[in-house]
Amino acid sequence: MRYVLRRAGFFLLTLWAAVTLNFFLPRMMPGNPAIAMMGKFRGKIGGQELQALETIFGVGSGQSLPSQYVHYLGDIFTGNFGTSLFYFPSPVSQVVGTAVFWTLGLVGVTVILAFALGTGIGILSAWRRGGLTDSIAPPLLVITSAIPYFWVGMMFILIFGLKLQWLPWSGGMNLTDTPAWTPSFIGDVLEHALLPGLALLITTIGTWTLTMRNNMVTALAEDYVRMARAKGLRPHRIMLNYAARNAILPNLTGFAMSLGFVVSGAILIEYVFNYPGVGYMLLQAVENEDYPLMQALFLLITVAVLVAVLLADIATAIFDPRTRSSR
Amino acid sequence: MLEVSGLTVEYAATTKAGGESPVRAVDDVSFDVAAGEFVAIVGESGCGKSTLLFAVAQLLSPPAAITAGSVTFRGQDLVAMTDRRLAAIRWEKLSVVMQSAMNALNPVMSVGAQFADALRAHGMSSRKAIAARSAEVLRLVGIDAVHLKSFPHQLSGGMRQRAMIAMALLFTPDLVIMDEPTSALDVVAQRSLMTQIKELQREIGFAVIFVTHDMSLVSHYSDRLMVMYAGQVAEAGPTRRIFDNPLHPYSRGLLEAFPGIRGAKVPLQGIPGAPPDLSVIPNGCRFAPRCPAKMPECETTAPALLDRDGVDVRCLLYAPASAKTVPADNGPGEKPRERAQ
Amino acid sequence: MTGRFWRALARSPKATAGAILLVAFIVLALFPGLFAHDSPTAEAYARNLGPSGAHLFGTTGLGQDVFAQAVYGTRQVLEIAFGAGLASTVIAALIGVAAAYLGGFWDGALSLFTDVVLVIPLFPLLIVIAAYVHNSGTLVLIAVLTLTGWSYTARQLRSQALSLRNRDFLAAARVRGERAAYIIAVEILPTMSSLLVAAFLTNALYDVLFASSLQFIGLGDPNSVAWGTMLYWAQNNEALQTGYYLQAIVPGAAIALLGAAFALLNYAFDEVGNPALRPVRARRRSWLGAARRIRRLAGA
Repeated sequence: MRYVLRRAGFFLLTLWAAVTLNFFLPRMMPGNPAIAMMGKFRGKIGGQELQALETIFGVGSGQSLPSQYVHYLGDIFTGNFGTSLFYFPSPVSQVVGTAVFWTLGLVGVTVILAFALGTGIGILSAWRRGGLTDSIAPPLLVITSAIPYFWVGMMFILIFGLKLQWLPWSGGMNLTDTPAWTPSFIGDVLEHALLPGLALLITTIGTWTLTMRNNMVTALAEDYVRMARAKGLRPHRIMLNYAARNAILPNLTGFAMSLGFVVSGAILIEYVFNYPGVGYMLLQAVENEDYPLMQALFLLITVAVLVAVLLADIATAIFDPRTRSSR
Repeated sequence: MLEVSGLTVEYAATTKAGGESPVRAVDDVSFDVAAGEFVAIVGESGCGKSTLLFAVAQLLSPPAAITAGSVTFRGQDLVAMTDRRLAAIRWEKLSVVMQSAMNALNPVMSVGAQFADALRAHGMSSRKAIAARSAEVLRLVGIDAVHLKSFPHQLSGGMRQRAMIAMALLFTPDLVIMDEPTSALDVVAQRSLMTQIKELQREIGFAVIFVTHDMSLVSHYSDRLMVMYAGQVAEAGPTRRIFDNPLHPYSRGLLEAFPGIRGAKVPLQGIPGAPPDLSVIPNGCRFAPRCPAKMPECETTAPALLDRDGVDVRCLLYAPASAKTVPADNGPGEKPRERAQ
Repeated sequence: MTGRFWRALARSPKATAGAILLVAFIVLALFPGLFAHDSPTAEAYARNLGPSGAHLFGTTGLGQDVFAQAVYGTRQVLEIAFGAGLASTVIAALIGVAAAYLGGFWDGALSLFTDVVLVIPLFPLLIVIAAYVHNSGTLVLIAVLTLTGWSYTARQLRSQALSLRNRDFLAAARVRGERAAYIIAVEILPTMSSLLVAAFLTNALYDVLFASSLQFIGLGDPNSVAWGTMLYWAQNNEALQTGYYLQAIVPGAAIALLGAAFALLNYAFDEVGNPALRPVRARRRSWLGAARRIRRLAGA
């Protein structure tokens, strides 16, 4: 229990750090983007929107830095992220809402698949040392983990989208359709998600498989595995209950840490495939200099990663009895 | 009940040239264990005793493998057996106790679950029967049954070790192999564990092969003793006889390294030098570089294991002058074993 | 690292492959003129040509020679890889080893700091920073990557240093009265040298990928000669859709190859450093009976 509390505290601390970072970054950058921004938009917007900008950049509001900070924290807490400059006059929270749905679907499913597959292949690969899986998988995965995510996406577009014309390679759905829970719409969504999903899967599976395999190899060399053999237990029971259960534990935390890389991959894949998710929207916001939207998206992504890390920590607490004792 | 004959274990290793030059961790070792006997195997670190133990129990993993010899247990050769047939014998007739219970027990499973694992693997399915048997063996070693729910890290070192011994006795096996089970404990706990093992042996009647580097530990408990050096048997025979009159210079050196609790204070004699690197098997006797009784022929002729009135010893000091052994052969192959009858 | 370590490394096919690739790229970066005859920026040719004798990989949408761009672009990406890679490894070593060695409060504080930086998603942060800066040139990229990328390897180095901390040779140094800085620099760091090299390779790999990604989405300097920028222009000119594949394939393949070089070397270091991970070669000849072979196969 103490362990979970400690991890929750870490969660809050990092959240605070991210929010503070968001606050200070524009003020620290050379060339002062704040002033440039204000100059660009002054006269074009007024009232609440101007105020939102001022909150973000602290320019022209006549407030001291500490009070700006407090103001900013208050806004974040109440969910007021300001108004989008590009999707004016929609509030940021509304704009973000539409994209979250797409990203959750694509990234959520892919990540779970990649974790499950990666762990499975890693376990098998280590169990059959010197076998076929082990000779092929690790070197192959070492190489695939070095390929830039977006390039895989581009190659997929080239091969499966353009050349073979098997699957659509742009957007989340047919732009002419209206969203409805009909089978044809769902099928269309799945079709559009297949290529980006596969690209994301390929690029993220590598690290997990390798780490799991290495952890398994270490676990298999441990005395308790030899003991299990001595007891006459059946091989698959040894592989799962003794080796894999111990090997997967350090992987859980690693899973959370590698989420940062999954997120990067997702952003790039969405960009390449014009998939209307959070990452795509972030890049659009950057291009349009829509800073309120950009900051909100950054916070959203960070919070998502932090939540995942916290969940992984809780899972470790559940599965590893050593963390539960009052040590 | 157990007959080990000519057992050789090699670790595959590649040389610079890319060829295979295996390291012989156990070289042509033979010994017997009768029912209910306590046999101790003693030697320095790296002499191959743990490897020998794992080889007997068929628990080696690559790159180690048995390359010659046989292990006959109750009339069956374990080395030639398939894993499936071995599984029936494992734990029911032959169980293992390892050096560090912290490493030998699965850290994420409760003690009770690990007992149940073994019981279920051999056919016991009723939860009540499993619980009853587990509690029974724990009682044998003096641990309360409530600890079945505990995890290994929650028990003290001594308790863990005793729990491991309890686990080894789940099926009242005929033979329990123990690899330095007391090394991780303090001296007091060591003695109490040894006494407990001896008592259990008397009660249940299993044979024990006990590996240790501490010769004094087994002096009162073992029936027979085998001293190993550099993968070979240096001396083997009844414990008391070896203690009273050690034949091999190495055994003598080992015994002299432990001071007697009674008697005059004498300066301790260690054995200078270090064991040989087994990737380069030397000509002649392996102990020669460190031997205080070295003779010129010790460096060129590898001594065979000779029987001196019930005690086997591998030393040229006892070779009959007429019997000339074949010059040492350093590669894989048969080494002639002579037993002067 | 002992001589045996280097010899083992030289025997590993992964290390050899990785080293050859890396050296090839370094040569390209140092002597681009030897390999490419055209200037990478001169818009001197017809646009969107396919591969030919005159242009090995064709030309871009602006009439530049793709091959020349790829060759000259090597320099920038290696600058970033080695620059940011070294810098972040140095920072990681300082923080990680100091945390392990100082222990107690300082360890707690530094570790917490490292963990916080680690968990904040790197790429979105890079995007936000680069968005504020506009047109990040090489130096800016190196600075930004260094400041954000040290945390992962700092954790690894700290745990390695922790395991060394209680070893006897360090206690001996302390007893001799050596100062902490001396112990860290002369006793601890050299023992960790293989891990430091592995950390450098990890950082270099990710710096290459992240820098190219940033350039690809347009946050780099669009006028620079770099692989990521090549991809940016290829995407802008819809190279894939219009059929000029090489403009997209070539820079991507180059990134993948360089990345693979670092990754292979890294993996080889891992294997040599941790013998348990080494590939288990199946026994070719066996002087055991068939029964034993079957038994071994069935028993893993």
